[in-house]
Amino acid sequence: MTGEVKFLQGNEACFEGALKAGARFYAGYPITPSSEIAEMASQRLPAVGGVFIQMEDELASMAALVGASMAGAKAFTATSGPGFSLMQENLGLAIMTEAPCVVINVQRSGPSTGLATKPAQADVMQARWGTHGDHAIITLCPTSVQECYDLMIYAFNFSEKFRTPVIFLSDEIVGHMREKVVLRDDIPVINRPFPQGDPKQYMPYKPGENKVPPMAYFGSEYVFHASSSMHDETGYPNNTAQNADKVIRRLYEKIYDHRDEISIIKEFETKDADVLFISFGSAARSSREAVNMMRKDGIKAGLLQINTIWPFPDKKVRQLISHAKVVLVPEMNLGQIINEVRKLSEGKPVFGVNKVDSTIITPGEIVNKAKEVLQNA
Amino acid sequence: MGERMEIRLSGSGGQGLILAGIILAEAAILDGKNAVQSQSYGPEARGGASRAEVIISESSIDYPKVTKPDILLALTEEALMKYKDNLKPDGVIIIDSSIKKPELPVKIISLPIIETAQNRTGKVIVANIVALGALTTATKIVSKESTEKAVMDRVPKGTEELNKKALYSGFELGESL
Repeated sequence: MTGEVKFLQGNEACFEGALKAGARFYAGYPITPSSEIAEMASQRLPAVGGVFIQMEDELASMAALVGASMAGAKAFTATSGPGFSLMQENLGLAIMTEAPCVVINVQRSGPSTGLATKPAQADVMQARWGTHGDHAIITLCPTSVQECYDLMIYAFNFSEKFRTPVIFLSDEIVGHMREKVVLRDDIPVINRPFPQGDPKQYMPYKPGENKVPPMAYFGSEYVFHASSSMHDETGYPNNTAQNADKVIRRLYEKIYDHRDEISIIKEFETKDADVLFISFGSAARSSREAVNMMRKDGIKAGLLQINTIWPFPDKKVRQLISHAKVVLVPEMNLGQIINEVRKLSEGKPVFGVNKVDSTIITPGEIVNKAKEVLQNA
Repeated sequence: MGERMEIRLSGSGGQGLILAGIILAEAAILDGKNAVQSQSYGPEARGGASRAEVIISESSIDYPKVTKPDILLALTEEALMKYKDNLKPDGVIIIDSSIKKPELPVKIISLPIIETAQNRTGKVIVANIVALGALTTATKIVSKESTEKAVMDRVPKGTEELNKKALYSGFELGESL
């Protein structure tokens, strides 16, 4: 891993990753605990020929992202719970029109304004199902400052390759902690496929490789119409049942056909683990320490850290669960990822380690719960 | 030095302790170690008890928050009262000499940090850098060279001499023990 070494906040590393991935458009409405990203974008994007716009609200921010994306830019925004709620409608527009973009949600304690400066991991299901209609979505969760940088590049790569919005689900703890980060240059950057052939024959929504249509940009000789209504390969509305079935399935399959490629996970001591933790975001940091503490006590513990939470890494989770005696899912909510794990556990008991008081789950709390569960197993 | 060292820097909001925490962590990284810095993050910008946390380790740092500090720096009585009780048994507290020395089962070092900032530089605002210098030499948690480089890299342009003077005064305070 080579590149400039910096000591940055997670939020700052998110911006550096976006810049590295080629992002040149930011539209947003600052909100704690994500504001550092807007601040950096406002200072740094204009210096590289990019655009920063402070919008009137998050509805407009998300709309601006879709527009910028269609004009050919790699576009992103950053927000937190209340703003993410407002973005849901136009997030659906980005899915329907296949406009690549990245939405960062640095999670804070809710509902509503909640504890505005405190962390939570409670937007897991909102990231999956916040916008209406059947759809697939890609969601990445960082556990460290380095991962903020790395995963932002992957977020843009996935959005470009699959022409889809990608949600980057951070949290206040990861967003505001400072760690060493290498601004590495060894992650290849992917750009959306551009159409070939006679512009007059251009079919903007005709699927190409991987069921993804090549994408022109507004202002190019490839003229196109993008609609939020159900449309066919021409881009114009088509209300037939047959077309709707085809499009909804394609939008889903273009992502779910590539689950293995999209699934980013990390395993710590899982090979012989009797006690398996499955976690993500800042809770995965505490879980890693819990693994260390239990191993010192002679208990075989391990952690599956899930960086790609959507699509959920079914295959890996199923495989590791089958070898474990007990499974625990630490998360800073009352149980969201745990339900995905339970769907795959084939009757094996799965226990939550849940906390919603806006303070981080400590390794000690995880160890205590694991020991209690082990005794009764 | 143990495997994992936890340091809490406390005082009142506006005293620059978060900046001191960042510099301390950067010095540790310059020394070739790992470091994580975080802070209590609330809506208030000035006053109240404020804290920055730094974890320094030779190996990777998993849990990113301080649970039982090895070192506590307190520049105000309010901060000391709030954070004094959960140190490790062999921990050390560095307090400003304006604070009445409390009876506690851990080692307490009292140093004229704020007074030194005022007398040596004429500016109380650099008390955070004096404190950082004193903490560096009193605990040897990071090297003087790395601390100096980290300070110079972080402070605003035009304030280098002021901060250097503050840092060196702090080094002397810690070395005088």
